[in-house]
Formats: sequence, structure tokens, C-alpha cells
Amino acid sequence: MKILIVGGGMGGTILANNLARRLVQELKSGKAQITMLSASDKHMYQPGLLYLAVGRMTPDELYRDQAGLLEPSILFHVDPVEEFHLDANQVKTKSGKVHTYDLMVIATGSRMYPEGIPGLAEHAETFYTEASALKMFKRLQSFEGGKVVIAVGVPHKCPMAPLEITFMLHDYFKDRGMSDKVQLHYTYPINRVHSLENVAKWAAPEMDRLGITYETFFNMKEVDGDKKVVRSEEGGEVPYDLLITIPAHRGMEVVEQNKLGQNGWIPTNRTKLNMEGRENVFVLGDTTNIPISKAGSTAHFEADTLGENIAAMVKMGTPVREYDGKVFCFIEAGKDRATYAMFNYQTPPDPKAPTKAVHWFKMAYNKLYWVSARGLL
Amino acid sequence: MAERKIVDGKGSFCPGPLMELIVALKESQVGDELEVLSTDKGSANDIPEWVRKVGHEFVSSSEDGGVWHIVVRKAK
Repeated sequence: MKILIVGGGMGGTILANNLARRLVQELKSGKAQITMLSASDKHMYQPGLLYLAVGRMTPDELYRDQAGLLEPSILFHVDPVEEFHLDANQVKTKSGKVHTYDLMVIATGSRMYPEGIPGLAEHAETFYTEASALKMFKRLQSFEGGKVVIAVGVPHKCPMAPLEITFMLHDYFKDRGMSDKVQLHYTYPINRVHSLENVAKWAAPEMDRLGITYETFFNMKEVDGDKKVVRSEEGGEVPYDLLITIPAHRGMEVVEQNKLGQNGWIPTNRTKLNMEGRENVFVLGDTTNIPISKAGSTAHFEADTLGENIAAMVKMGTPVREYDGKVFCFIEAGKDRATYAMFNYQTPPDPKAPTKAVHWFKMAYNKLYWVSARGLL
Repeated sequence: MAERKIVDGKGSFCPGPLMELIVALKESQVGDELEVLSTDKGSANDIPEWVRKVGHEFVSSSEDGGVWHIVVRKAK
């Protein structure tokens, strides 16, 4: 069976290594073949961008060579797909090469899309790329005080990012002795401070305790950089001295260009993870349209499921289990405390009070990730 | 021509049915109807509240076997 994995991010990499370990004999005998096509020879640990934005990581800590993360039995090419021909079971890459497959997994990820809100890209700081996170940190360093507004678009990658950056900014300014000069103001699109009700029940009093103000039902409509105000669809208007955004995201352009899904999200079966209407095409991570968190852990747990299923399909012709919607998110509650939320399609999370122990576990995971990507954790 | 689109937010704790609706409305045309499916009973209050606040039209809400069906129309 020729297995083609399109995308070398967290989901694609974990899946490829998971499969390579499960199919050692089949890969040796030629019964199976795993090929990965990626846009980059580097692998970025995207959760690290949050720390980069507040000066707690450096860019070099975010990257590893992609080839070094993969099992040697995986055929890896830095040659992104430009055309998907699903009826012919083949793709065409940027170099013009055609790859055929028996089974394909699309894991191309997502990208921030601040351009959807007039004025946002020009006037807000964010941290979803290395360049933007570095720019944000330099802006923080030169900030002398005023109102810092956090504004959130939907859908966005990493559901905890709005809370995490808010609490980390609080500690950043506190450490600089600027607490009395900075007013943090948090906004959120729905009627509580987080989509997860139990997380909101914890976070709102935490903001009260820290003096962080907040308003809900705030969906960005436009940013007026001259007047330094952000306006909402609901009719609100908030002035700012520094605007930080968790921008809306879209799937990758290649998905839209090939008409695989509106705004780059591919219609995906929420338990089988196959592309709707296709039995031999699967979708992983941010790329799906499943109503679930766009988070690394989502991609990780989906990859675990697909790894088991695709290996079983090779060995006995049928998948063995369904994805249950599992997500696990750390929540940094400042520079040295954290909690977490774990949930699935059936069970909501029940986050506990933040502790230093969970924060240090998160710090450890920031390093352990590379073991995880190799399919070992 | 106006369409009715299903927004399946069943079992979605995060981002949740309301956020799914907000995204779907952005992708819709004025006049389109969207039917949100939710297993969160809170949606029956949260969604109409937001829809009225932002200026879209709340059409109907009903519950069938633990699934709420909340219909809204994009008005602007």
C-alpha cells in the first residue's frame, strides 16, 4: 500500500513515525511505502511562539531538521503539493513531480488570517509566526504604559492562547515594575471569557483578582489605527494603546485552490477522520472542519488513531477504532503557574487551580515534544 | 438564492456551537438560514442572545432527543 502524507507539521510527523514503527516488516518487504511531502525542511514547535513573544524562548529553540525527526524508512521530500487529483489518486508537486497513492492523509495545517479584519494586520501585534512573535516582543520592550487590549478572531489556532497571552502579559509587565502603568483589557467573541464553560469559570475570577478587565460578545469588525480603537460587530468600541490579537485562521491556500474545502477546511468525518465522500483520503489536525479545538494535541490524538487504523488496514484490511474527540491543552496562567483542560466529544473538561508543578511539566513538555514528534511519547 | 445550512456543533465543547455559528455566518450570504445543532442546552439561550445583539435574525429553537436545533438568518 502506498501511503502519502501531505504536510510535515505535528500531525503528519507523528502519524508518519507511528506508522513506520507499526509497519516495520511491511516497509521492509515492500508491501507498504510511506512518503511525506512537506513545504519545509524545518519543523517548528508552534506552541513555543507564545514564549518567544514574551522573551521566554529564543527562535532556535523552536526548530529541528524535519528529516532528523523521521524514521529512516519514510521517504521524505521537501516539495509541497500544488494540485490534488483525488479521482486519479495522485498529487502534483511544486517541482512538477506526480505522486500516486493508495491512501492519502492531508495534514497541511492552518495560517493566521488577520487580513479579514480591516486594519488588524497593520495595527495589531500577534505571535503566530516567528517574525510576528519577535516583532511583538520588541514592541513590548519599548512599551511604556497604557491600555493593552487583547482581541480574538474565530476560528483560531490554540484555544488557550487568548488566556495564556493575557496572563503572561500580566506577569511580564509586573516583572518590569509596570503594573500600575498598564491596564490589560481582554475581549472574547462569546458571552463568557472562554469557550469552555469550566475554563471560563476559573479564568474570570482570576482576571478579577489580577485587575484584568474584560468584555464578552466582542467580535472584531475593524481597527481604526488613527484613532487607536477596535470596533466590534456587536457595536462596541474599545480604545487601545497596544493591540494584541489572536487572529482568525484559515486552512492553507492549496486546499482552497483545489476546492477541497471552504476557507481551507476540509469536510471530515469526526470519528473516522476520512474526507467526506472519500474512503482513501484522511484529514488530520487543523485542516479538518471538525468542530473541535485547532490544537497540537488534537492533531496528536488524531494521528494516534489514524496510525492504528491505517496500520490495521494494511495488515488486515479494516480500521480498528474511532477518534473520540480527545483534546488536552495546557493553560499557562502566568510565568510560573499552569493548569490544563482535557475533554472529548462526550466529556467536558474540569480544570483545577493552577500550580507550579503543572507549569514545570509544561516546560518539560516543551522539550519532550521532540520525542513526541518522533512517535515515542 | 438563500440556503439553509447545517452547522453541526454536537459534542463541541471547544470552540463550541456559538463560535461555529459565528464562523459559518461569515461564510454565508445575507438571507441565508443556518440551523445550529447543539448538545449544549446553554446554546438555546446563548445563540439567540448573541444573534439579537449583533443584529441577525433569530428564527426558531427546538429540542429533539437532547439535540437543540437553533435557526438563525443572516441579516447583514
